[in-house]
Amino acid sequence: MTVSLSGKEVASKIEEKFSGSVVESSAENLVIKSDRVLDVARFLKETDGLDFDYLNFVTAVDRYDHFEVVYLLSSLEHNHSLMIKARCYDRENPALPSVVDVWQGADFQEREIYDLFGIKFEGHPNMKRIFLWDGFDGHPLRKDYI
Amino acid sequence: MAVRTEPFVLNMGPVHPSTHGVFRMRATLDGEVVVDIEPVFGYLHRGIEKLTEQRTYNGIVPLTDRLDYISSMSNNLAYCLAVEKLAGIKVPERAEYIRVIIAELQRIAALLIAVGAFLNDCGAYFTPFLYMFREREKIVDLFEMVSGQRLTYNYMRVGGVSQDLPEEFMPALRKFMDKMPHYMDEYDQLLMQNEILIARAKGVGILSGEQAINCSASGPVLRASGVNWDIRKADPYSIYDRFDFDIPTQTTGDCYDRYRQRVDEMRQSLRIIQQAMEQLPPGPVRAEVPHLVRPPVGEAYARLEAPKGELGFYLVSDNSIAPDRCHIRPPSLINLTALRDMVRGWKVADLIIIFGSIDITVGEIDR
Amino acid sequence: MEIEPARKYIYSDTELDREEGQVIEDLKAQSQQPIPDPDQWLGEELEQNILLTTVDALINWGRRSSLWTAICFPACCAFEMIAANGPRFDLARFGMEILRASPRQADLMITAGTLTWKMAPNVRRIYNQIAEPKWVIAMGACAISGGIFASAEYAVVPGYNRIIPVDVYIPGCPPRPEALIYGIQMLQKKIARRKNIDVRKLLER
Repeated sequence: MTVSLSGKEVASKIEEKFSGSVVESSAENLVIKSDRVLDVARFLKETDGLDFDYLNFVTAVDRYDHFEVVYLLSSLEHNHSLMIKARCYDRENPALPSVVDVWQGADFQEREIYDLFGIKFEGHPNMKRIFLWDGFDGHPLRKDYI
Repeated sequence: MAVRTEPFVLNMGPVHPSTHGVFRMRATLDGEVVVDIEPVFGYLHRGIEKLTEQRTYNGIVPLTDRLDYISSMSNNLAYCLAVEKLAGIKVPERAEYIRVIIAELQRIAALLIAVGAFLNDCGAYFTPFLYMFREREKIVDLFEMVSGQRLTYNYMRVGGVSQDLPEEFMPALRKFMDKMPHYMDEYDQLLMQNEILIARAKGVGILSGEQAINCSASGPVLRASGVNWDIRKADPYSIYDRFDFDIPTQTTGDCYDRYRQRVDEMRQSLRIIQQAMEQLPPGPVRAEVPHLVRPPVGEAYARLEAPKGELGFYLVSDNSIAPDRCHIRPPSLINLTALRDMVRGWKVADLIIIFGSIDITVGEIDR
Repeated sequence: MEIEPARKYIYSDTELDREEGQVIEDLKAQSQQPIPDPDQWLGEELEQNILLTTVDALINWGRRSSLWTAICFPACCAFEMIAANGPRFDLARFGMEILRASPRQADLMITAGTLTWKMAPNVRRIYNQIAEPKWVIAMGACAISGGIFASAEYAVVPGYNRIIPVDVYIPGCPPRPEALIYGIQMLQKKIARRKNIDVRKLLER
């Protein structure tokens, strides 16, 4: 049975290494500051005992006043999982660092989030629209799209 | 005298006989050797994730049918598992057993098409494909008895299944289970040691285990590269922990191993169906939930081992009759992340085979 | 891990994308009304009690008994089309087992699947490449009016008749292979009434 790790324990480990990067933590998930995502991702992949080498999915949710990008990580060896979130408060030009260098599986999913929500991922080698055509006006999955 | 060559770009366009649907690749070739490819999709983007925000929870089930239209029952089941996890609904025993039988039958039907299409790409033009269709028609007949439809079943509901199995289902299922192993032996005899298949597919398009994990591959693609990870054993959903089955894995991760992996998985599915048939209890098939389900505020992610890989639904609810956000984790799109590295250095004909062995459905990529 | 895009030194993918996007926007702007179905000629001539010559009957029999399909299989209806070609519902008995990849060698286009604006210029181009006489069957609810996805107007074309003229509409989601065969037989009856040689004009010369 895949154990989903408690956000609070992992938060304490992250706080030791990168202080000030955890915004809030609960039993189900962990919220990280948006500019520290890449450092925390590398730390989670390389630390023994955590070893999160498999990225299940990356997606975004529009929470009316901010965007929330959700990552679900798992470790195939220890059979545990963790959900991480990062928030973007800017509605005009939201941006986050890209985790493609850590887990290559995030490649197409981050392009999809840019296409449908408008959140740019810095450091992505190929940041352009994937489902809709170039020149399409707007980002359909936002709550204020008509 | 040295010949100077220049690479050129070949567009394998959206309308192409071997690309399994509307999928486009811009391939940069140096002679016949592939230097780089750039996949372009979105030709079937129907906005399913946006449409889910306008429909009720039970009304989204027909939309999920059209995602991976070859294995509709698995999509329905994954969605219903997510809603049941979010709302805390317990499913009755008989419904669980029916779900397992139907899901494994669907796995066999989808893997038959996957194997048939792969052999079609290898050059056996349509003969094995139509043979596999003969078996798929028998399974589709069973599904038609149960749900009334041939392709997009709309059978699972939140809290169970929509109606009970009719009387003629179990005798027909027994007849199918008696004959299916003979058909599988027939295929093995014709194809497993076939010289042309081995020459074309062995050693082609190798994906190593670490590469597969880094690219978040799942399903037969991951297991053929040697990684022993199956959600039915690692994170059992429904009642899969009561059945006795093995997880086959292969060693190299080339196209022949992926083909072999799918055939082995079909045999394991037959074992599961046999055990589930014997243990099927009587009882209600649907939990007592209102039709307009209203889950509490929160979010949930439920996943299942679909024939293509890990299919998951991430639902966010705000206590109304429609979900706030429904994200679908598509196994085909994520398995494609590894395509670029697998293909470089091979020829155009190998590109088609490697692409066919990943086995995608465009309805799931584009949603 | 470095992912270097080799394509940037051979072609510019941003320019290609921009041109294609412009084509799609232009097509969307000019397809706001549906194209009328090509059967106006049938209504008038039946009333005038046409006299079909035996040469006409022979040509029509040849054309309708061996229709060759061009491939245009976006989505789920494609599997019912393939099942119709399969061993149980055999389309080969109507002379239609050939699914030609090249539209130059086809004369029928069965549109099996949802049409999106991104795909629309390609479908129009395939239709233009088919030689006359050509027919189109719109298969399934998505092909008739956008179907279950019609509310996602930003991406889905509400029916193929915005882009190409359609002869026969087959409802269903997906239509059973028997329904597809019935639609093909309706098309064959339509072809049988087509007038190829105008006898009066020949006699006037």
